[in-house]
Amino acid sequence: MTAAPTQSAAAPAPLFRRLHPRAGETVAFTIDGRPAAAKVGDLLLSAILLNGGALRRFEFGDGHRAGFCLMGACQDCWVDLADGRRLRACTTPVEPGMAVVIDGVRP
Amino acid sequence: MTAPKSPRVVVIGAGPAGLRAVEVLARAGLRPVLVDEASRPGGQIYRQPPAGAERPPEALYGLEAGKARALHALPAELGAAIDYRPGTLAWAIEDTGIDLLGPKGFERLDFDRLILATGAMDRVLPFPGWTLPGVFTLGAAQIALKAQGMAIGARVALVGAGPLLPLIVHQYRKAGATVVAALDVTPFGAKVAALPGLLNEPVTLAKGLWYTARNAMAGLSIRSGVAAVAVQGRDRVEALVWRDAKGREHRVACDAVGASFGLRSEAQLADLAKLDFVFEPVTRQWIPRRDPAGRSSRADVYLAGDGAGIGGADAAELQGARAALALLEDIGRPVEAARVAALDARLARQARFRAALERAYPFPAHLVDAIADDEILCRCEGITAGTVRAAARDREAGEMNRLKALTRLGMGRCQGRVCGQAAAEVLARALDRDVATVGRLRGNPPVKPIPIREALT
Ligand code: FES
Repeated sequence: MTAAPTQSAAAPAPLFRRLHPRAGETVAFTIDGRPAAAKVGDLLLSAILLNGGALRRFEFGDGHRAGFCLMGACQDCWVDLADGRRLRACTTPVEPGMAVVIDGVRP
Repeated sequence: MTAPKSPRVVVIGAGPAGLRAVEVLARAGLRPVLVDEASRPGGQIYRQPPAGAERPPEALYGLEAGKARALHALPAELGAAIDYRPGTLAWAIEDTGIDLLGPKGFERLDFDRLILATGAMDRVLPFPGWTLPGVFTLGAAQIALKAQGMAIGARVALVGAGPLLPLIVHQYRKAGATVVAALDVTPFGAKVAALPGLLNEPVTLAKGLWYTARNAMAGLSIRSGVAAVAVQGRDRVEALVWRDAKGREHRVACDAVGASFGLRSEAQLADLAKLDFVFEPVTRQWIPRRDPAGRSSRADVYLAGDGAGIGGADAAELQGARAALALLEDIGRPVEAARVAALDARLARQARFRAALERAYPFPAHLVDAIADDEILCRCEGITAGTVRAAARDREAGEMNRLKALTRLGMGRCQGRVCGQAAAEVLARALDRDVATVGRLRGNPPVKPIPIREALT
């Protein structure tokens, strides 16, 4: 694989699509400092992938990862937060104020 | 004289098997502990959305809504008759002790008898582009829909080798997602040949045919006998390229792919409990040995559900109840012979149905044969098939644990859950030996990563 293209400041195209609009409250969080919105009931993985195309950089090579199994088995979806937490995004609900770090400076 | 103390019985896993097991045990007055990693009961097959994302069972589970509803209600129905521990990971087993990490932190739980109902995950085989963001398992595609009301992409291609494929195609289409391709890598002829055996469970067969018919009416026929698949894209999925049974190449633009090839048992805790394993030649995987009642090689450990060989959700419910009855028999509690006989008869029919289903969706060996040297096998650390082949050729990696020591394959965060089976197939081919002879990756505690922060608080 070739090197990942440099990220522009514009939000990348989302991966997931919400098919069933949810009534609950909006959850505000950030991805690399960029404001993003999700809904109560969204997992951190879905919240990020509704707002972008990946969860993390792949630490052993080029490119990014966006999760794989969604059932807590493959461990592909561990996400860094700016406060130093590392969370398995497919089993963790999104919370207001979470600051996800993907391509930004590691905590 | 005081009554003998009730033995401490622990059940791990709150899917169909574990839930039916605790039901039988609780009704016999044993107050079992039910340990489950998820925060809500149901397992993966009847996975419930998190708080705030609830929808009616009919919308989530379709024809299986009644079963899901009944299982979800069980822990509340049983109330104080069980000790239910949701959100709790069983991360190690040593002798008769289980290491838990739950909402209240670490705990060691001792058992007199244990039922393992640890379920299954998708069987993964690598293909070009399978580690690109946007490629998920079929199970993941279904969970996105069930637990989150979402599709994995705007234009989704689905690839499979099992009965899950027509079901997910149907569910995606019905939910309003755009499915641009539905590809089955097993031959159509195998399904025709398996029909007589599938008649052992006519209702299940009818449901499968119904999904297939509905998909076809919507203009989405599943293409069988697909010879090869590859995902193209730079830093994300852009297209799926595939070769049909006649060797013609097709390309379809998409931004997400759901692809996996049947199921594999989640058996790492069984390994830590030091149970005997056997090689199951049809599904080509090592599974903990159990008798038809669910007894393992250890007198105090029982097995139920897909964690010890794939049987599906209906069989798992029966196996859970059956293993609990075996346990009750073994500790000298009265068990109704007629109930055991009825369960055994239903289990035998399920087994015949499952055998036919495996014939309908045979192992896609051609996908393994096509794995190129530069293909990533271990997605945790990016270890390639070429590295595995070199270890086999130059460094005498004669079995899986030697291969692990030499290449780190299986040492990553998933502990070989994802890569183990494909790696065994690649290694066996490189050695020109039967896959049964290269063994299996041994489990190590913790079976899943434990957040360091948890360990310190
Ligand atoms: S996506 Fe596999 S563990 Fe989260």
